Amino acid sequence: MSETAAVGAHAHGAHAEHHELGFIRTYVFSTDHKMIGRQFLFMGLFMMILGGLLALLVRWQLAWPESEVPFTQWIPEPHMYAGHMDAAAYNSFFTMHATIMIFFVVMPILVGAFGNFLIPLMIGTRDMAFPLLNMLSFWIALFSGFIMLAGFCIPGETHAASGWTAYSPLAAVPAFTGVNAGQNLWCISLIVLGISSLMGSINYITTIINMRAPGMGFFRLPLTIWALFIVAILLLLALPVLTGALAMLLFDRMAGTSFFQPAGGGEPLLWQHLFWFFGHPEVYILILPAMGIASDILSVFSRKPIFGYRAMAFSMIGIAFLSWIVWGHHMFQSGMNPALGTTFMISTMVIAVPSAIKTFNWLGTLWGGNIIFSVPMLNALAFVSMFVIGGLSGIYMASTPVDIFIHDTYFIVAHIHYVVFGGSVFGIFAAVYFWFPKMFGRMMNETLGKIHFWPTFLAFNGTFFPMHILGIGGHMRRIYNPLQYDFLKPMQPINVFITVSALCLGVAQIPFVINFFWSLFAGKKATINPWNANTLEWDAPSPPPHGNFGEIPTVYRGPYEYSSPLVPEDFLPQSRKLAPEVSARASH
Amino acid sequence: MAASPAIQIAPKLLAPAESQVDFGARPPGTRSEPPVANARLALLLFMATETMLFAGLMGIFVVFRVGSRAWPPVGQPYLPIAVTWINTAILMASGWTMWRAAAANRRSAGAHIGTDLSATFALGSLFLAVQGFEWVRLIHHGLTLSSSVYGGTFYILIGLHALHVIGAVGWLAVVMRGVSRGRYAPASSQAVGLCGMYWGYVCALWLVLFWLAYLM
Ligand code: HEM
Ligand SMILES: [Cu+2]
Repeated sequence: MSETAAVGAHAHGAHAEHHELGFIRTYVFSTDHKMIGRQFLFMGLFMMILGGLLALLVRWQLAWPESEVPFTQWIPEPHMYAGHMDAAAYNSFFTMHATIMIFFVVMPILVGAFGNFLIPLMIGTRDMAFPLLNMLSFWIALFSGFIMLAGFCIPGETHAASGWTAYSPLAAVPAFTGVNAGQNLWCISLIVLGISSLMGSINYITTIINMRAPGMGFFRLPLTIWALFIVAILLLLALPVLTGALAMLLFDRMAGTSFFQPAGGGEPLLWQHLFWFFGHPEVYILILPAMGIASDILSVFSRKPIFGYRAMAFSMIGIAFLSWIVWGHHMFQSGMNPALGTTFMISTMVIAVPSAIKTFNWLGTLWGGNIIFSVPMLNALAFVSMFVIGGLSGIYMASTPVDIFIHDTYFIVAHIHYVVFGGSVFGIFAAVYFWFPKMFGRMMNETLGKIHFWPTFLAFNGTFFPMHILGIGGHMRRIYNPLQYDFLKPMQPINVFITVSALCLGVAQIPFVINFFWSLFAGKKATINPWNANTLEWDAPSPPPHGNFGEIPTVYRGPYEYSSPLVPEDFLPQSRKLAPEVSARASH
Repeated sequence: MAASPAIQIAPKLLAPAESQVDFGARPPGTRSEPPVANARLALLLFMATETMLFAGLMGIFVVFRVGSRAWPPVGQPYLPIAVTWINTAILMASGWTMWRAAAANRRSAGAHIGTDLSATFALGSLFLAVQGFEWVRLIHHGLTLSSSVYGGTFYILIGLHALHVIGAVGWLAVVMRGVSRGRYAPASSQAVGLCGMYWGYVCALWLVLFWLAYLM
């Protein structure tokens, strides 16, 4: 360490004891944002396996109803009966699949893991504003995960079974789903998770506003940081509404109130309003970080500045703002006033404008670029194309006359998955492959990465595209046995095809798991900046030490100066100071 | 990676010159403090969350209030308005003493603010006591959490606010101990100021709730 670097490092408060930190303080109760980010990543990946297996169970039942599911004889009643599931178990499985995927996979990974890991590194600071709060937020999230998983272990009862939307009175009256403690734990777990997210958001927003490196203005932030900033604000304002509603649902279930039950003078629709007032912003909480990440990766691997940087930032703000006023599009069928329905329809369609701006800017970034088809890039491209399909089917659903026809069919399930799997999960893969070298100091294997990517991409489309057709054919979602309906019988081959694709999709994740763990221990050692990227995290060693930077970098320009004519190299890091003549030339 | 000649970037799309400092940036080489300190910003954000929490619950209240034919429903007691007016005055007085303490603290670090803080603490506790007393009487008259949505929304809204006052009183106790031990001098403004800010928030919230639940 040079003299100045050492001085810089010691300016950092918690630094003196850095070398004495034992195993527990380094790996378990760490206050270092990078370790917390990795912890969130492991938690999310573990839960992803669980959520994926639940999805496969659900799919097996739909393709071959009432047949025995292989390898499941060990699952005890009432979840399964010697390898068979009943309708109650089915309800519980798809409920938990969705809950786990949304709250314990996509949010912990995109917001928890990459938010924590990237924010201080990309804005050029040593840690979050409140490291201790940050640590607490991870442990509370993990605790909430345990509460959720505990719901599987209640004797004689399945887990929560009212769908992840927990519509009332289904969710409020235990007799309707046959679930009592499981549903209570579901509510409690999400309240606890809300507290954790609140701590995280306060940390993220404060850090981004107050702790940027000198020269790092708002319009020099990488778009990933913009996205995470906006997401933190959405979380801060959306989650408490859900928390309040969940608390009242718990009162309904446990204290004899009847806020959401017509039998006691309550209003079930109130639950839907409150839920979707949170729920719609929530879907943008899941997708915005992936948008930011894809923007960064597309720019790096096209070796071009992101097209329309400011438009990208403003369209994310626009999306976030609009996402507050469109929740009613989930309730077109609830009997709301038609004028209100039309208002929600129009406001929903307006979101297509900023989304289209983003899409065209991504295409503009690729246009004429010197594209490198690395694994992160492939996943980012998959993100863009699948997001477009998901966005287009969203326009159908936003239109009230069409929605009346496709409401609660597999068309909706297809749409959800194009957005959350084609969008968020490909965003997760892109981010893992891209930042793995910075997170763990080693490269992931490119060949294995491609063996993971292509089958995943194909099987993903094989799984979810036919669901559009099922939906238009009238196949309802959340049904346990399609063969009970005569008009669905001709479509059963499609269900079988989907399930086979889903099983392939599951198998296609094996190379990813192998690649991840193999690279963790035996991957090629990563250099500081293996992708020749511009943003600040690539100034820190791989992996960055406690305190990140020897000396806090100074920022001279925006994050996307690739192929700049100012320098012979095709990249120009944000922290590189140019000679005065060169810099003056740029201003003309 | 070979630089590609395929694209020519128009000069005006080039990087801004290094002398231009972007919006919100601290200029290179300076160590200026951000305009709002971390802790204060965090408290503001926390209050924003709380506002959304209460906005949701108040929304529920309004839906029930507007949608029901009789409020209070038949057989349910009226809320005690006179006592609550007095109690409101007590809470506002505590807001005033807290404001005095915070202002004195701002003017000079380590100013003598012990009496004002104690008065605030006493008034806040009195407010809670009066409310607890009121609740006992309401329960005797048959207004409970599960007696009707009227009772349910009342206890949830007012009870949640009471929890906030309890939290604020506890926080104040911690701050008072710090002040009495001279822990914050000479830079006392932060701890007292933040606690005062939260106290003010809780008082303002009460005014809205009082109007909504008792007067509307
Ligand atoms: C292997 C990949 C996946 C498969 C095969 C799969 C399959 C399914 C199936 C069969 C359903 C039930 C549909 C119904 O009966 O209504 C479902 C629902 C759902 N899935 Fe997935 N899914 C996968 C991945 C994901 C991911 C990654 C996410 C989110 C991040 C997700 C989020 C959801 C949601 C929100 C629902 C709605 C549940 C409900 O109706 O309450 N899924 N999925
Ligand atoms: Cu929506």
